[in-house]
Amino acid sequence: MEPQARILKVLKRVTGKEIEPGTDESLFVSGLLDSFALTDFVTGLEEEFGVTIPDSDLSARKFDTIRKVEVYLASKA
Amino acid sequence: MTFLRAFGSWLPPRSVSNEEIAPLVNATPEWILEVSGIRERRYADETDTVAGIGLLAARDCLRKGGATAADLGMILVASGSSERFCPGPACEIAAGLGLSSTPALDIPVSSAGSLIGLILASEVAPRFGLVLVVGTEIMSRRVVLNPEGKNSAILFGDGAGAALVDAESGFARITDSCLYTDGASSEILSVQNGQFHMDGPAVIMQAARKIPRAINELLARNEIVASDVEAFLLHQANLNLITRVAASVKAPAERFFTNIGKYGNTSSASLLIAADEWRGEHASVSGPLVFSAFGSGLNWGALLAVPC
Repeated sequence: MEPQARILKVLKRVTGKEIEPGTDESLFVSGLLDSFALTDFVTGLEEEFGVTIPDSDLSARKFDTIRKVEVYLASKA
Repeated sequence: MTFLRAFGSWLPPRSVSNEEIAPLVNATPEWILEVSGIRERRYADETDTVAGIGLLAARDCLRKGGATAADLGMILVASGSSERFCPGPACEIAAGLGLSSTPALDIPVSSAGSLIGLILASEVAPRFGLVLVVGTEIMSRRVVLNPEGKNSAILFGDGAGAALVDAESGFARITDSCLYTDGASSEILSVQNGQFHMDGPAVIMQAARKIPRAINELLARNEIVASDVEAFLLHQANLNLITRVAASVKAPAERFFTNIGKYGNTSSASLLIAADEWRGEHASVSGPLVFSAFGSGLNWGALLAVPC
């Protein structure tokens, strides 16, 4: 499965919604994520991709869109 | 070995409802309740001081613990809102108790300050004897009730809490604790030039990870499952955050004592105010107690106590 599809899988699990946001659509502006949900999203990404995301990286800017999440995760690989 | 002997508190009589402050911050009472779980908070009178209300909580705690000021070996006072930085309120509280040589130290940390005080007290009580921990805040003077400040100004209330940590006896034995500081994110939560500053979303994201991590660390280390904990007593920062922490540690939400709805976020005082109110409703303790807080610094941690 491609990284974007895996990110979307985590997002669907966290939000509990069958959603198909655009790659560059803001997950916060669209209301899919908020500060509380982001922590679950990040934990889900850690489990899905087998990476550790430090607390210092917890920023809405880094996880605002699926593309940004993909770029971030690629930097952790 | 150290013990929790008693808690105490004092809250100003003036109650300030969401209806009263909502127009000032260009919000609705319902919105304030939804984002914070707060219906009302207490505001100090203009003649009150941080040390003054802390002294009232200290006296309440001594009375409930059957102790006198002369029994104290040390006083630790947490506050992020004291009128004077140095010396802080600790020496004034000691003087107010009639003490002239008992060491009285300040912990200038909002929100997590009283947890730090409890943890330090549990370490120093065997040497110094009975330790009084006080958390006292008049945060209403550190926020501005206007539309720009609405995300933080709606949260805060004033009050003071206290605890007695004893090296010899008490109702619960302190068995473990953990305490952490991460200064790299200190700018997201601070009191500077007399004003409170908070990046709310960033604080929520940090707290929602760090608090459960600290609690889980203590529970795992002591082979306790979350569902066996009698009460989780947390810094009353935001009801939604407390609910999130309960879900994260997989404990029933009703085990997390909350009084934020009526007192708001009283910063470093809230942990001890909550503990005092919980203790007042529970004459006997039958299971582990977990205390946890997160605040400026960033500082966070947890403390475990078990029934004697």
